[in-house]
Amino acid sequence: MSVLPRRRNGEIPATDGVVIRMAGIRKVYDTGKVKVEALRGIDLVVHRGEFVAVVGPSGSGKSTLMNLVGCLDTPTEGGLADARNRRVGFVFQSFNLLPQITAFENVEMPLLFGGVGKRERQARVTELMDRVGLADRMEHRPTELSGGQMQRVAIARALAMNPDVVLADEPTGNLDTSSGGDIMGLFEELWRQGRTLVVITHDMALARRAGRIVEVRDGLILRDEPTGSVATLREARASHG
Amino acid sequence: MGLLIGMRQLGRDLASQKLRTFLTAFGIVWGTAAISLLLAFGEGFHKQILVNSAGLGENIVIAFPSLTSIPFEGLGKGRRILVDEEDIDLVEKGLAGISGEYADTFKLLYNTRTLPVDVSGVRPVFGDLRNLIPQEGGRFVNALDELDKRRVIFLGNELAKEIFGSTEPVGKTVMLLGSPFTVVGVLKEKTQDSSYSGRDKDKAFVPGSTFRALTGAKYVDNLIFKATGTDATEGLKADVIRVLAGRHRFDPSDKEALQMWDTTEGFKFIDTFMLAFRAFLGIVGSLTLIVGGIGVSNIMNVVVEERTREIGIKMALGARAGSILRQFMAETMLITIFSGAIGLLLAAAICAVFPEGFREFVGKPVISPSVGLLTAGLLGLIGFLAGYFPARDASRLDPVVAMKL
Repeated sequence: MSVLPRRRNGEIPATDGVVIRMAGIRKVYDTGKVKVEALRGIDLVVHRGEFVAVVGPSGSGKSTLMNLVGCLDTPTEGGLADARNRRVGFVFQSFNLLPQITAFENVEMPLLFGGVGKRERQARVTELMDRVGLADRMEHRPTELSGGQMQRVAIARALAMNPDVVLADEPTGNLDTSSGGDIMGLFEELWRQGRTLVVITHDMALARRAGRIVEVRDGLILRDEPTGSVATLREARASHG
Repeated sequence: MGLLIGMRQLGRDLASQKLRTFLTAFGIVWGTAAISLLLAFGEGFHKQILVNSAGLGENIVIAFPSLTSIPFEGLGKGRRILVDEEDIDLVEKGLAGISGEYADTFKLLYNTRTLPVDVSGVRPVFGDLRNLIPQEGGRFVNALDELDKRRVIFLGNELAKEIFGSTEPVGKTVMLLGSPFTVVGVLKEKTQDSSYSGRDKDKAFVPGSTFRALTGAKYVDNLIFKATGTDATEGLKADVIRVLAGRHRFDPSDKEALQMWDTTEGFKFIDTFMLAFRAFLGIVGSLTLIVGGIGVSNIMNVVVEERTREIGIKMALGARAGSILRQFMAETMLITIFSGAIGLLLAAAICAVFPEGFREFVGKPVISPSVGLLTAGLLGLIGFLAGYFPARDASRLDPVVAMKL
């Protein structure tokens, strides 16, 4: 994959470059009567090639965090469409596939918005569908797919424009344990291939499979530490040589 | 390429929203067709009424001399008023034209065929007054015929067909009252919605002088006259009555002595009626348009929720607000143009298969493309506005909010 960042000597590219840098971020939801402080000063740096799991109870502010990172929740300005298209790929809890078009067309959509030519779109979508293991489901509509399959389509869609980072908000929230595990496995695989991933989840068991866990509580980062997965990954990559 | 992708997406979106597309299109098709037909039939009806009325003659007055109903200057009521050519000459001044009409039924012979025919003896001007237009190659009774008491005859088109079949009648000789008459003309087919002594197509016309000479008739059965202008009709009617009342000594206020049928009143009524009819069509048309518009905007509104989510997803994937709105506009325009055209074609098709038989009564419906296009355009605009603002609002939302709606 020529489009992926280059690796030096099989090292973890943890310092390759900063993908996300947040310093003292605050977000206040003003409902008129009550002001809710969703984020009260967040400092977060994510480097290229990292796999970060953001955990925390409901209402802790982790979704707000992701929406801010993904430019989904800032005052809409002209330049954001490009950022959403090229910088970030989104995976949602509720998949958010367009129901009236096929899986293929769903994955193709960001490429259309990005102005990619027809032949390249064709090749790219086919490759991505193959990578998420749904090469034989390309012409199916989302309603004809299982939850796990729909989320795989959504992941393929998130990868379509080769974004700097893939943001996933509770990607396993609507899935059973087994499908959820599969999706997490797919994320691990993407990580091994050099992708930068930020995944929000409730499930600590899944979070431990990421390289780094950021725990958010009451709008603040409570804990930010690497997991054992990094060592495992390093070994895996070293053994691949 | 942007345009191509846009078109492709457009086609896909329309196809994927079959029900929505169909319902919107149906609303516009129905509205366009309904209003086009409404106006087409209104226009055809109006024209036909004018044509039918003109069949008898335009703005003529028909006067029937009959019995007095009021005693006058020592003369009792119930006296017959008899009008002759002298009377006609006397009142002729100031009129656009006047003709007496002597009528009777005679046996007409041609070859071995004999049939009873209503024959009228008239002056040449009668043809103009009563819209008796000859077919090509023929003519009506003329001034020389009248002067020389020529034995010439003008035939109604149905009568001519009955006598001669497919043979050309002009120049042929028929026998009437034991005398040979030359056919000089045949009536050009016309529609006639009213008459006082049978339809012109079944009658025959000869010069009044000839009629009087052969039958000994002295007094007219009725008078036909026309004023120079519609406004002058009332005054001239009074003049005619005054002159004849003086000569024949009857009360000018006696409505029975000289009964009059003023067809200008009918034309005035038609004008008033058509005005009301058009107002009615206008109201019905506007209501149809409003109902259609409500339907179209409703459909657009119903899908807003679904659309908002769709727009949110597309925005999250990197679509620009501008391109989403442009697509929406293109979509509405495509549906409008397509449905408007279908609506117009539908209306045109209905007009085309409209049975000939009814045309005599309601006329030939005339489609007005501009009205149809205007209707389709208006409905499209309503649909567009109904859908545009929610779509614009959705594109202005943060995608994360739009997706959750």
